[in-house]
Amino acid sequence: MAGIDSEKYKQNAHKAIADPVLQSALTSLQGRLGPATKKLYNTLPEGQELRKIAHQYRRKAIDNLDVLLETLAENIRSHGGQVHFAPSAEDAVEICVRIALENHVRTVVKGKSMVTEEIGLNDGLEQAGIEVTETDLGEYIIQLAGERPTHIVAPAIHKTREQIGELFTEKLGTPYTDDPPTLTQDARRALREKFLTADMGISGCNLACAETGHITTVSNEGNIRMATTLPKLHVAVMGMERIVANLEEQQAILRLMSMGAASQQIGGYVSYVGGPAAPGHSDGPEQFHLIIVDNGRSKILADETFREMLCCIRCGACLNICPVYGKIGGHSYGSAYSGPVGAVVTPLLFGINDASDLCSGESLCGACRQACPLEINLPRMLLALRSKLSEGDPSWQVKPARNQERWLFRCWQFVNGNRTLYNLFYAVARKAQKILPTQDGMIRKLPYPFNGWTSQRNMQPLAPKTFMQRWQEKQEGKK
Amino acid sequence: MKHTPPVTLFVQCIIDTIYPDVAEAMVKVLEDLNIQVSCPTSQTCCGQPAFNSGHRQVAKAAACKFIDLFEEAEIIISPSGSCVNMVRHHYPELFADDPEMQKRAIKVGAKTYEFTQYLVDVLQAEDVGARFARKVTYHASCHLNRFLGVDRQPRALLSHIREMELIEMKDADRCCGFGGTFAVKYSDISEAILKEKVDNILQTGAEVVTGCDMGCLMNIQGMLSRINASVEVKHIAQLLAER
Repeated sequence: MAGIDSEKYKQNAHKAIADPVLQSALTSLQGRLGPATKKLYNTLPEGQELRKIAHQYRRKAIDNLDVLLETLAENIRSHGGQVHFAPSAEDAVEICVRIALENHVRTVVKGKSMVTEEIGLNDGLEQAGIEVTETDLGEYIIQLAGERPTHIVAPAIHKTREQIGELFTEKLGTPYTDDPPTLTQDARRALREKFLTADMGISGCNLACAETGHITTVSNEGNIRMATTLPKLHVAVMGMERIVANLEEQQAILRLMSMGAASQQIGGYVSYVGGPAAPGHSDGPEQFHLIIVDNGRSKILADETFREMLCCIRCGACLNICPVYGKIGGHSYGSAYSGPVGAVVTPLLFGINDASDLCSGESLCGACRQACPLEINLPRMLLALRSKLSEGDPSWQVKPARNQERWLFRCWQFVNGNRTLYNLFYAVARKAQKILPTQDGMIRKLPYPFNGWTSQRNMQPLAPKTFMQRWQEKQEGKK
Repeated sequence: MKHTPPVTLFVQCIIDTIYPDVAEAMVKVLEDLNIQVSCPTSQTCCGQPAFNSGHRQVAKAAACKFIDLFEEAEIIISPSGSCVNMVRHHYPELFADDPEMQKRAIKVGAKTYEFTQYLVDVLQAEDVGARFARKVTYHASCHLNRFLGVDRQPRALLSHIREMELIEMKDADRCCGFGGTFAVKYSDISEAILKEKVDNILQTGAEVVTGCDMGCLMNIQGMLSRINASVEVKHIAQLLAER
């Protein structure tokens, strides 16, 4: 579904933290992928330096986006493919639905794609009476369950095998089992039929190459390859930033992406698609369409502060290390994009005020930047988003939020600006803290607005004298 | 001992007001190394809480005050990686549209050191003569470790403390959930992250947890105290001052 539901971040986080199944899934995911990816970066034949170089490749591509997209479109058209530019999510959905209706499509098989989640493509197709089947196993599970992905790469980690067993029995009519290989076989049988009968295949695009005019998809189940070669129509949807200049740069980034996404040297199936089946070839679709989606990306491109975000290749490596994501899971973010990447890109794409909790509810620990295969500076952009929220920015239609907080900080500025006042403030606070409930000399309950601190924590009280007072007394004693 | 330039103390506000013993311990370590220490007593907070909450104009006011106060210092030492990161990396950012102030900010930032970084990188003092006969575990604070790249230095200092047993905790470099105002505004999330840290600390069987940032240690101490755990929290300066 298009749009976001990020306003309930705190409530959703609260629920997620209390969910033992999710907690154990998240701990296991982060325990496996986080350290494995870190280790793999050390095995790069080019050395860790490649990550910086690849960042430059991406940055250069973003800086030359207009030229590269034009080149890509020309090359794809010369291969017999059709290219469509979609300024908005609605435009992209409309183009895809139109292609489907013009070709009397009734059933669609889909490879996993974040941008189609972003634009709400499935809803659009279903409203036009077209049946859509997700073919990535995880995506298939959550589609059957009517849920949203909880992780960019591992969308169904929040579900136990018992839950999946029950789901398959209910939706596919297969005998109940919680044996993963049997469940996979059940899904495979159901999906095989869909593949063979589908009128259209839809895929995303991990990274397009302008020079050769092709898109690339990476998967580990082979499903995207089947979805894009069996049906007579292939529609690929790509965010307009997912492009790079040439093959050499593309291969470096795809390798890094695979390391970030699944701790692999390279994904199991890497497909290069530049158009429909060549004349005389029996394999491949009769038509190939590429829909290039803007949907707010031009606005990010135009702002130097956030342009770096367009370098992101959505591998999800930051999710596998983030302490916040590790506790609250993907659903709390209320957007297709969760974790640190979601905390930056969701506000930028869907509205900074609407997604204010996403960029504020992070601890700024910096683990995401370290885990990112391209070392994208997410903490810097989180801070920049917060400044927009606190101070407002008409160019992003951000209204200054947190008026009470702003007022508090203004008062704080006044006190902090003058040590005499500062001392006076702390002298009063020292007296006032005496009325607070304590536990072995520690404060057990702080008043509003600091009460959040003491729900599961105590607080060391203010010392009888500040260090500055003690220092001054010591200096006077020396004289 | 060879002559070393005098240092000026930049004391994190929570140390100044809540944990003054930490700053005194730091002074003791420095003075035992024959370093002359001065401390401008009109200093206040560096502005990081405002900056992290997005209130850049407020943070700017704090930055101007800091730069005016510390500009003449030869070397500035702080017992907090997070505050040093603010001065070194974020002050210049705050003055992106004011080249004159930015120049001053960069100059002040370049001579601002985190305490352990100064001892090990500048003074090359890894053994400061400390003795501490306890089991200790070390929490690697995020801003110190990731943004300042300081991890080897505190570990080198700890490894030279006599009679001390250092027990590595699981995921020592994982966030403790503090994050400044985040801990108050998103307390559920902060506490969930903290709980994992506290579990990892308890698993080591250490008697003391140490680190280079009282923000994180105040957070950790808060939960240890709430659950009546006997593990003590001490800043690294306090261990280094033990004889």
